[in-house]
Parts: sequence; C-alpha cells; structure tokens
Amino acid sequence: MTLLAIDDLVVEHRTPGRPAVRAVAGASLAVNPGEVVGLVGESGCGKSTLARAVCGLNPITAGSIAFDGQPVTPLGLRRRKLTGIQMVFQDPYASLNPRRRVGDQIADGLRTSQDTATSPADLLERVGLPRDFAGRHPHEFSGGQRQRIAIARALAARPRLLIGDEPISALDASAQSQVARLMRDLAVDSGAGLLFISHDLSVVRLIADRIAVMYLGKIVEVGDTAEVWADADPKHPYTKALLQAIPKPDGMGMLPAELAGDVPDPANPPGGCRFNPRCPSVMDVCRVKEPEFGPVACWLHEPK
Amino acid sequence: MTTLDITDLKMSIGGKEILRGVDLALEPGRVHGLAGESGSGKTMTGLAVLGLLPHGARVSGAIRLGERDLLTLPPKELNRVRGGEVAMVFQDPATSLHPMLTIGKQLTEHMRHHLGLDKREARARAVELLGKVRIPGAEEAYGRYPHQFSGGMRQRIAIAIALACSPKVLIADEPTTALDVTVQAGVLRLLRGLCDELGLAVLLVTHDLGVMSAVADEVSVMKDGLVVESGPRGRVLREPEHAYTRSLLESLPDAEAQ
Repeated sequence: MTLLAIDDLVVEHRTPGRPAVRAVAGASLAVNPGEVVGLVGESGCGKSTLARAVCGLNPITAGSIAFDGQPVTPLGLRRRKLTGIQMVFQDPYASLNPRRRVGDQIADGLRTSQDTATSPADLLERVGLPRDFAGRHPHEFSGGQRQRIAIARALAARPRLLIGDEPISALDASAQSQVARLMRDLAVDSGAGLLFISHDLSVVRLIADRIAVMYLGKIVEVGDTAEVWADADPKHPYTKALLQAIPKPDGMGMLPAELAGDVPDPANPPGGCRFNPRCPSVMDVCRVKEPEFGPVACWLHEPK
Repeated sequence: MTTLDITDLKMSIGGKEILRGVDLALEPGRVHGLAGESGSGKTMTGLAVLGLLPHGARVSGAIRLGERDLLTLPPKELNRVRGGEVAMVFQDPATSLHPMLTIGKQLTEHMRHHLGLDKREARARAVELLGKVRIPGAEEAYGRYPHQFSGGMRQRIAIAIALACSPKVLIADEPTTALDVTVQAGVLRLLRGLCDELGLAVLLVTHDLGVMSAVADEVSVMKDGLVVESGPRGRVLREPEHAYTRSLLESLPDAEAQ
C-alpha cells in the first residue's frame, strides 16, 4: 500500500503581469511506509515546490497528491487536519521560534497527536540531546543541535510521512551525514516514510532506498539507490553530470567535470527533452519529442 | 617567492582567543586552501588580511605584503591595498553584490578610484573582465542588475569585481558553498584558470575537502584558531599526519560508504 502517491503533478507560480512559471511540470512519485526516498536536483528544478505541495503549503494546478488514499488539500490558517505529514525545513535558524523554549515548541507537536504519555525531554533524548535542554531557547544551540530539535518537533506529531526539505545544507560538513542518518533511523524505526530532498548526492546515496532525480520540473530518473548508482554509472546523462561534478577529496587535484550552461527558465522550457540544450549526448529526436516514459526519461534508454 | 606572509597571527575579541598564532604563506600562481569546521577561525584569518575584523578585535603578529605590514598600516594606506592589491570574494553572491546598482557600476567604481581610469576606459575594461569570467553577452550584461543573473553567474561577476584592479592576492571565502555542484564545477575551473593565467596568490577558505582537493596546491587545516597541519595537497589528503585531519576525512559520506 502506497503511503504517498504523487501523480502527474503540476504546480504553477503565478505573478500578475508575468507568464505563469511551471515549477513542477508533471512529476509522479510514490513513497511507501518505512521507505526513504531521496529527491535530488539543482536549485530551481522545483524540488522544494514539490515538497511544499505535498504538505499542502502550495496549491496544485493539475494532477493529484494522495496521502493514504486521501487527496491532499491546501492548508488553511486554522485547519490542521493533515498532521500525518510533517516537514523539517532547510534553515534551523529560521524555522524555530527564537522566543519560545524548545521544549514548548516540541510540546506543540505532542498536542496535535494527543500524546500525553511522551514528554518533550523524551523526544530530545531520541534525537541524541540531553533531556534538560528542553528549558533552553534556540539561540543557545549550534546549527546541528537546532536541526535535531526541529526533527524532534516534527516527530512529536507522530507523522507517517516525514519530509526533509534540504535539512542538511545549512549544517557543517561534519554534522551533515550524522543528521541525515538520524532522520533516516528515526523515520524507519517509527514506520514512517521519509522524503528526503537534497542537492547533495553523496549524502542521499547513504540514506535513501530509492532515488529520484528531478530536472526542470520533471523527474528524469527514478530507481533503487543501488541501481541508479550502479558503479557510479547512472543511466540518465543528467544524473551522470550531477555525479561527475562532485569533487572527490582524493588529493589528486582533479577538477570536476562541468555541465555547460545554466538551468533554463522554467517559464520558457526548451522544446523536446528538457535537458537537450545541455546534454552531452543529444540526438535529433531529443530536440523534437519529450521522452514521456520511465524510469529513465531519456531517448537513450527507451523501453522496448 | 612569497606574496603574502602571515606570521604568528593572534586575534581576540572580548578576551576570547579566536586565532592563537596562525602562520601561512601565499605564493603567486598557487592556491592555498584553508580547511576546518565552522568556528575554527578560517574566515577570521581571511578577514584579518583585509583589515575587516569586527570592532573590538585585538590583533598581534604580522601580515606582510611585500615590504609592508598590513596590521600596522594607517587606514589611508590600507584603503589603497584593499580592493587594489588584495581582493576578496565572499560566500553568498546574493548578498555581496549591491541589489540596486547595475553590475557595470559595481565593476567600475573601484577601478576608477584605484586605477584612476576615466569612464570609457573603465567600461571597456569591465566588459573585457565580464568576457574573461565567461558571462555571455558582456556588453548587455554591463547594464543589468544582480537579480537578473543566476547564482553561478553572480559569483562569476563577484570574481570579476575582485579581479578588476589586478590584485596580487585573492581571498576567496567559501566561494562555492552557496552554489549547486554543477555550477560549482564551473566556478572552480574559472578560479583555477585565473590563478594560473594571472599569477594570483589565492587563499581559498572552504570546509569542503572535495573542493580543496580539486583546486588547492597547498592545504592547511585549522582547528580552534591554530593551523594543525599544513602541506602539499596530495600528502595532507592522502596521508594526513594529524588526528584531526584524519577525523575530518573520515566524517565524509564517501568514507563512510566504503
């Protein structure tokens, strides 16, 4: 049974006097209970918009999002029925309320799940922080500790789907893989699904069961981590380029491969395959027809 | 030959020691990487060279650029060095560029001040620089505002601004941290190319050991205001001598995966 089913989702941002920007242009993705799905892509590819739409923070233009078989509708100011999905945001310096004690903020989550047996201190312990930190304010903590508190707050509401929108990119390199692993362990232990969004492939590879690669509003490749990663030789040229651009700390002085050009304007995407102007192995068919199949949306890997 | 020589640099703010005796030497045409966690003092070392330390900072030691000691230079002389002989590229191009001035204005202002160029000469040089950092359509780009460019392009423009007065020393403080990996690759190639071509002495401050491995010739690792290990890139990253360097390398996700 699928926990979250995103089907052909389209999300547009409208600004008066400008053409609508299609941030998500027909993306499909599924998350199962207890499964960790990593969503990667460059900035501006629509991965955060997708996450916000799943939480009901962005109205959807077309397609559907179903959580437990029920459609996700935009959240109102007072109505909070949708507590089964919780989100951990990118910047823990902005997502925690600086004027309230962290224990009180975690208690908000416990109240929504009507959980009277657990105390905020228990949750702090679960994320690896001392129990007596509940009485402190966010400014007393480092970035990594704050992100742990944000995770504790999200877990307090007993989510069945946890979403991390670049939860590690504001952290120190040494704290990144720790926090990512913590999120994975906590989500899997409680049987919840985890949708982990990041632009850092090396961390996503560590914690995800499945990886989805997004480019300009579309999911171009999806598959099991081992498969997408098979000997660091993924199928889609875009995934390849993403991998080759990561510099390796091997001391050899190798400059990483460059992917030519910038991400095109999503308000005016190129015709045919969206990746064709930057693709190193572009063919004639790529400029004319969009590859509308999966799991690898590329004419080089057309299913027979 | 050493372009910039930092010896026994110490700095404290309000009695708290931030730098506890840093020694670094930058050579022309070489990239010197400075690694360490946040709070280790690597950014402060970079800022000290430009005299941009926060108020109330007490500094001792010496930062020599040629014959001069930048720490004891009077403010007027220091102003001639800053932006002229020593330039800096900051982490986030979205905040380091002025949002309400065209990039042409930001490229020419210090050129006219430091080099005494007239308007037309400055404009010609600015357009040439934009071409050098590979901004497409340099002529049109000259009149645009920062928000009209993507993050990678903005960082290229910030580099062009830093290079405008032909500095001898370039300090790059986490220049690619705010960028995507694909864009980062381009900016790193550009930095390396400019360093080789113009004979710049570059101090590259970064926490990313992958970035370090890609462009730096020498690597120094900082911890708690001290340089704990320094040496050629290949040796420091492959056969680290200090336990702290080893722990940094082991905390990388790639190391864990193996």
